[in-house]
Amino acid sequence: MDDINQTRRDILITGAIGATAAALPVAAGAQTPGATSPGAGSTPAPATGKVALRVNGQRSELDLDTRTTLLDMLREHMHLTGTKKGCDQGQCGACTVIVDGRRINSCLSLAVMHEGSEITTIEGLGTPEKMHPMQTAFVKHDGYQCGYCTPGQICSAVAVLDEIRAGTPSHVTPDITQKPLLSVDELRERMSGNICRCGAYSNIIDAINEVAGVKA
Amino acid sequence: MRAFTYQRARTPAEAAAAAARTPGARFIAGGTNLLDLMKLEIETPTHLVDVNGLGLDKIEPTQDGGLRVGALVRNADLAADMRVRRDYGVLSRALVAGASAQLRNKATTAGNLLQRTRCPYFYDPYQACNKRVPGSGCSAIGGYTRQHAIVGQSAACMATHPSDMAVAMQLLDVQVETVRPDGSSRVIPIADFYRLPGTTPHIENNLTAGELITAVTLPKPLGGKHFYHKVRDRASYAFALISVAAVVQPDGSGRVALGGVAHKPWRVPQAEGAMPRGAQAVTAQLLAGASTTEENAFKVPLVERTLASVMADARKA
Repeated sequence: MDDINQTRRDILITGAIGATAAALPVAAGAQTPGATSPGAGSTPAPATGKVALRVNGQRSELDLDTRTTLLDMLREHMHLTGTKKGCDQGQCGACTVIVDGRRINSCLSLAVMHEGSEITTIEGLGTPEKMHPMQTAFVKHDGYQCGYCTPGQICSAVAVLDEIRAGTPSHVTPDITQKPLLSVDELRERMSGNICRCGAYSNIIDAINEVAGVKA
Repeated sequence: MRAFTYQRARTPAEAAAAAARTPGARFIAGGTNLLDLMKLEIETPTHLVDVNGLGLDKIEPTQDGGLRVGALVRNADLAADMRVRRDYGVLSRALVAGASAQLRNKATTAGNLLQRTRCPYFYDPYQACNKRVPGSGCSAIGGYTRQHAIVGQSAACMATHPSDMAVAMQLLDVQVETVRPDGSSRVIPIADFYRLPGTTPHIENNLTAGELITAVTLPKPLGGKHFYHKVRDRASYAFALISVAAVVQPDGSGRVALGGVAHKPWRVPQAEGAMPRGAQAVTAQLLAGASTTEENAFKVPLVERTLASVMADARKA
């Protein structure tokens, strides 16, 4: 009987996680091979962890499956769906958000690792009524076609200008001991972690240029 | 992704002890490589020890004029440190040649050293790979090998090491500091850190179970001109086909290390004696015994030409 109760309890716990995480595709999908593969015996039951952080100025406390990425936390648990899931492996940049002032790929970070973090997503940069200057410039210059990569592009672009102001060198900085200059080459190199399948790159660079105040 | 339990470690020794105590435990810092591999279930840790809170994020001068780089210093911060840019340009250049800005903001010094290969057969769970499943064979051998190793490979594995940073560190003769589960520490010269694949390609370095990297120490500056020339399929955000790290002194002597050609950053100190004689003489010794396939044979002349280009740049005022 104990065995049966144990099993039922595990099922209920797993079910509850599935219900609160309406869509946790990676975690949910992973449980099937985990349960049938030869190594399943060593795989622990899903574990949860608490995390308290601030997203767009609002404090949140969540209790999440440890597997939940920062991206899935934002989209599936906080319903901030502006941040997009493209490749989910750090290659496309659609999931770029700003964490403690630095842009990162939210798909390659675990939510539970962000205790105390300050996170800014596209929703925190501006609103339709009060757009961030970078959002306004993307609209003006048509810095997108389908728009899927755009939130990541804009978060990245805002961070790029901060990085250049801070003097962070890049691969195309001619003299690495000097402060980098604001140039089209620098912008292109620094935006290379954001892929645009529609190929709106030249308009994206025009938009960033306008905000940075340089002539293209 | 398989389920795992998670803890935040408070001290390096506690982290090492926790990792040694729990079978299947792994450290996590930036997570940019580990989480990618966990999603594919190539890495299946049962427990993660988060080392981000250990305070190992400082770059400090050493008594003998070098720099001690904490294991958790982010790649972006190491590349941007003015002392590194001024005195270890090859390292700064290698760092900014790697990955994207988003990844460099997250990836750490120790994590970069421990990156797994980007061999497509390692990444594909449906292919045989001795590195992923020891004893299962190697689908790369006889497969598509344009990106694969040309020196130091074995009958079990021809994967390359993907790091740019580690190539510069090999050139600079850095020391890797660690703490072990019993709380003791040790220093591993980078020349003794990585392993060639041999018959055990799944064992990539000489760290022991639970051993945690705490810092990397750069010796006092070498002077000279610093270069990191990376040749890749895109102008940015791609792994190296080959890369050449070099420090060239005014008399033409110097050091050279290669990326993209072997299971580890590739350096042959004896070959450096030939530097005043030019790229051809150096390459002949650096890549002595190279074994190429039809698809990756281009890497031999590419190394020589890239090194020649570096040496020409070094001769400019």
